[in-house]
Amino acid sequence: MTLDVRLPIGLFFTALGVLLAAYGVATRGSPGMAPTGVPIDLVWGVALLVFGVAMLWLTRRT
Amino acid sequence: MTTLGWVDYAVMLLYFAFVLGIGAALRRSIRTSEDFFLSGRAIPAWVTGLAFISANLGAQEVIGMGASGAKYGIATSHFYWIGAIPAMVFIGLLMMPFYYGSRARSVPEYLKLRFDEKTRALNAISFAVMTVFSSGISLYAMGKLLNLLLGWSFNASILVAALIVLAYIFLGGLTSAIYNEVLQFCLIVLGFAPLVFLGLRAVGGWSGLVARLAEHSTARGFAPGAYTHSWAYMGHASTNPVGVECFGLVMGLGFVLSFGYWCTDFLVVQRAMAANSMTAARRTPLIAAFPKMLFPFLVILPGMLALVVSPTSGIRPVEPVPVATATALHRPPPPSEPESGIVPPKLDPRTHQPLRDVAGNVVLDYDLATPMLLLHFFPTGMLGLGLTALLASFMSGMAGNVTAFNTVWTYDLYQGYVHPGASDAHYLTMGRATTVVGVAISIGAAYVAASFNNIMDFLQLVFAFVNAPLFATFALGMFWKRTTGHGAFTGLVAGTLAAAVQHGLSLPAGARVGIKGGYLGVLTTFPSELAQTFWTAIVAWVTCFVATVVVSLATRPRPAEELHGLVYGLTPIPADEAVAWYQRPVTLAVVALACALVLNLVFF
Repeated sequence: MTLDVRLPIGLFFTALGVLLAAYGVATRGSPGMAPTGVPIDLVWGVALLVFGVAMLWLTRRT
Repeated sequence: MTTLGWVDYAVMLLYFAFVLGIGAALRRSIRTSEDFFLSGRAIPAWVTGLAFISANLGAQEVIGMGASGAKYGIATSHFYWIGAIPAMVFIGLLMMPFYYGSRARSVPEYLKLRFDEKTRALNAISFAVMTVFSSGISLYAMGKLLNLLLGWSFNASILVAALIVLAYIFLGGLTSAIYNEVLQFCLIVLGFAPLVFLGLRAVGGWSGLVARLAEHSTARGFAPGAYTHSWAYMGHASTNPVGVECFGLVMGLGFVLSFGYWCTDFLVVQRAMAANSMTAARRTPLIAAFPKMLFPFLVILPGMLALVVSPTSGIRPVEPVPVATATALHRPPPPSEPESGIVPPKLDPRTHQPLRDVAGNVVLDYDLATPMLLLHFFPTGMLGLGLTALLASFMSGMAGNVTAFNTVWTYDLYQGYVHPGASDAHYLTMGRATTVVGVAISIGAAYVAASFNNIMDFLQLVFAFVNAPLFATFALGMFWKRTTGHGAFTGLVAGTLAAAVQHGLSLPAGARVGIKGGYLGVLTTFPSELAQTFWTAIVAWVTCFVATVVVSLATRPRPAEELHGLVYGLTPIPADEAVAWYQRPVTLAVVALACALVLNLVFF
């Protein structure tokens, strides 16, 4: 196959993670952004970023 | 109605860009029809494995399983833990050697090799019709939901989603569909996991959920644990919300329906056929079994949570329902009803008042359970992710149907009967053209569904009749060499008729005679619609099995030398290539079954 599927997945989640985390930082403390006390945009944005980078690392490794 | 922020739209656009980008990037790898329809049989097992579950992860799964979670509680997990998992182990271990080994390019083509033309034609035609209509029903559900939740135009929503799916399949064929399914799988998992986390946090964890559902359960006349135990109350149909007893559940759902779907439906089998070796093809459903068995936590729990979260606990205090369309204006809060969390009541389309059942209780719109939870807990940004995950599920379900449709049409119907013997390039062009036609019919079917809801109910009923006996035909065909083409064909027709007759003679409690059954006279009444579905499937399966055996014994079998590679006993058992012991199909199968058993026991 010409394309390793982990490459687009890695790129997508890296970009998504950066977008969400940045938005989470920018809106930190705004009303309604932290349901049940968790700043979820920031926390989950970072999680997605980690996932995306891990996928990219796997692509490079092989 | 919820308004989205720019960041929500940015998430969606990013997703659309990647989906189309994958299609465009794969365009150059499509040279032959086998590249287009079967990915050149070159995809590694973990990719086909994730696509195997993602193709099935359409609206029925994400919205439907959430709805069932709210309606029946954790017992919905039977669709996974005694339904899908054993069936996926069975196809991987025992059936894939015949599908992949026969080099058939589709499930109907296997039937042609094993039986005869008429059995293939029957299966190919019914399958082709079913896939485009299923894809249309899914589109309709998506358009309706986006209109209701976000006020988006129904026409624009279905058109944009359909065109994106069309574009990426047209460009990159099955590989593009499979790659996108893996992306969609990741997105659905990563989009719904935080929803479950926030939901559980809001209700005080699993123990909090159990306590709150206990109140709900007793208010509905069941034992306190009936919504949070999967087996304990299955002894009798009246003691659990599903309305089914053990035997009907295990035979009807666990055996007939699940094996019938997972082991014979080309939509999922096609993913395994695209694998790069026999071992990879066998490992495809087995690898898929592991994430699949964890799906109840992702898709069923949101429904259960929606039933018990307090309407004021999230970021958007939930009004009775987000309203957008004229048909859904002003749903008043249900007065003096048992707690229903944030699940809104279903409205009468004419009076716009909440619908009530025979006993006078308000009927809830369970299909909105999961989407409401999404709106309830996700702030701007995460909401974009959640809605994109929802869109991804609709699109992966539709793409699965469209790729299966274009293959069956091109190889089984067009090459088989309309225009045999043409060049490969001709069939590749036909495949691309069929993709366009398939998407166009899906859009048409979505509009039919929007205008005549009963027609779609009727079609789904007919599909259920056609599907119910299938597994008997395949099991006999693969494991009993004496089975003949006449036997298989008669069995399928008899099984389908038996399903229609059984359905026509029975009625679920509280239903009216008509689409729900009883049109031939009411001989039996079932405690619930699911019980009726399970028993109809059992009757269809047994009829097909008996008819196939009887007619096979009365007709001349094919000589054994024609059946090599198609039937058990005449096919060499595939030796596992040099993969490590823990990657072998048998090891994966044993571990998958053991894990499913543990899950059943934990939630017993």
